[in-house]
Amino acid sequence: MAEIHLKGLAHSYDPNASEEGHYALKQIDHVWEDGKAYALLGASGCGKSTLLNIISGLLHPSKGQVLFDGVDVTNLPTEERHIAQVFQFPVVYDTMSVYDNLAFPLRNRGHDEATIKERVLNIAEILEMTDVLNKKARGLTADAKQKISLGRGLVRENVAAILFDEPLTVIDPHLKWLLRMQLKSLHLRLKRTMIYVTHDQTEALTFADKVVVMHDGYVVQIGTPEELFDKPQHTFVGYFIGSPGMNFIDAKITGSQAVIAGETVELAASYEIKDSDKVELGIRPEFVTLSAAPSAGSFKVSVKRIEDIGRHKIVHVDFNGNDVSAIVPENVAITDDFTNMVFDQSRINIYSNDWLVEGGLSHD
Amino acid sequence: MTKTWNNKAWFMVLPVVILVAFSALLPLMTVVNYSIQDTFGNNQFFFAGFEWFEEIMTSSRFHDALGRQFLFSTIILAIEVPLGIFIAMNLPSKGWKSSLCLVLISLPLLIPLNVVGTIWQIFGRADIGLLGASIAALGLDYNYTQNAVDAWITIIVMDVWHWTSLVALLCFAGLQSIPEAYYQAARIDGASKWATFRYIQLPKMHGVLLIAVLLRFMDSFMIYTEPFVLTGGGPGNSTTFLSIDLVKMAIGQFDLGPAAAFSLIYFLIILLMSFIFYTVMNSLDKKEG
Repeated sequence: MAEIHLKGLAHSYDPNASEEGHYALKQIDHVWEDGKAYALLGASGCGKSTLLNIISGLLHPSKGQVLFDGVDVTNLPTEERHIAQVFQFPVVYDTMSVYDNLAFPLRNRGHDEATIKERVLNIAEILEMTDVLNKKARGLTADAKQKISLGRGLVRENVAAILFDEPLTVIDPHLKWLLRMQLKSLHLRLKRTMIYVTHDQTEALTFADKVVVMHDGYVVQIGTPEELFDKPQHTFVGYFIGSPGMNFIDAKITGSQAVIAGETVELAASYEIKDSDKVELGIRPEFVTLSAAPSAGSFKVSVKRIEDIGRHKIVHVDFNGNDVSAIVPENVAITDDFTNMVFDQSRINIYSNDWLVEGGLSHD
Repeated sequence: MTKTWNNKAWFMVLPVVILVAFSALLPLMTVVNYSIQDTFGNNQFFFAGFEWFEEIMTSSRFHDALGRQFLFSTIILAIEVPLGIFIAMNLPSKGWKSSLCLVLISLPLLIPLNVVGTIWQIFGRADIGLLGASIAALGLDYNYTQNAVDAWITIIVMDVWHWTSLVALLCFAGLQSIPEAYYQAARIDGASKWATFRYIQLPKMHGVLLIAVLLRFMDSFMIYTEPFVLTGGGPGNSTTFLSIDLVKMAIGQFDLGPAAAFSLIYFLIILLMSFIFYTVMNSLDKKEG
């Protein structure tokens, strides 16, 4: 077990990269605390897997250092870094039994058979695989194979962290849930550092203590699921977390007033923003209310489309040329005369050049 | 409800049946026909029963050729399969270098069999051949036309040169199909190079290796053209393999009856051996997997 510290990490797959655009990872400074479960969330191609492979040593970073408990391991090969990794596609050693698969990492490291047996049986019990220990690994289902991959990491007692690279991609949907719960309870029981790469927000939010959101080679926000929902630090986080994502509307801010689509909105705080910046107002669909009767501070909109997804409805409205979505409870019947929209003032976030701006006290 | 029989489907199979009958079944039956009859000319044939089979089975000429044939195929497999795997594992796996290497190692496969024989016939000659003369210049006594061991070595080296690429190409294809994650997992599990080979690469190559072994066994067991051009079966009978012996018997001596019996026995041995290889390798795989 160890604390993993990434210092000034950057990576490019092109050895002659000069411009920033050539880098898959641009600048990462981050500490993964010992024993925590992290999810590394981001769209495909944002650098998540690159980062993971650098931590496990399968890739050597172009710049920066990786420290385990303060020891620089940047130049250590994978096999010397006490790291376990579970890949997207299940890797099992076909010709071996489940027992031999689990024993393989220990045998390679020269442990004696008695120790191996004890640890393998222990891990098999945790993974609920005791009854298939003598079976060939080849004939098992994808989820059982993924458990074996994980088990090969767990049998090693000195593993600093277990890395997961989208491990549930090939698992059937109804088993995904089950496996994720098992993983979560495993983490609570074993307290190993786990880093879980995914592009599925549900997976990330249910698994992790802390979610690290990556976008275009940068870490844009690290936070609890709640923080990511309430205060997205970057428009990408707002858009990526939530279903549907946050609404963004171009805005012009003066003090505590925002002008969006020709209408004025009163804000809960006042902001100091340069005129040259690209300013947007962000509001989650959960905090947009539609009604038939106008109320204080409501805007005129027209309903464009309704998606009924069972537990609630997503209503898309046209707000002077801007597309805004709102989440409406299932029991509210939306008709064409729902033409008034209100924002929950306390839930409005202001973004300047895609980054969240903290407001000061309102002067009014 | 009664079942309606639709016999029209049989007409669809008919072309294939006719084709196979003319290309395989009829020629084979001709051979069977010859193998159980005898003639004293004049196109008059007598039924001879299994006499020819008994004659071939008990002839020391056949036993010797069969022994040579097994020895040859064993040596060929023992060299070409490990060497092919070794080459495949050391080929560059991506990029233009990979393509270039593949083309280069495939070249011997494109050369006609009798040309291969001719090339090595000249190449190995002790008086004017580059190889033969070089060995002679080193002071070694090498002459494949007079020394049986030299003749064997030359034929084996020739076959290895000619066919190892086939094994290498098949293994290369098998290796290419292994996802990168397997190697990464092996590194994380601390597997040695040998363990990676034994538990990842070899099992994944199983299918192609089975094909490679079968092909190389059948081909080497039927080898004719190259040794015929290179040594003509000599010196003495030392490189007279089954095919060469068979042709001598059928065309040279025109002993059609014994030659036909010989052919059938030869065919059955190849069939039997291929079956054994297939069964053993498959059950080996099952036992492991």
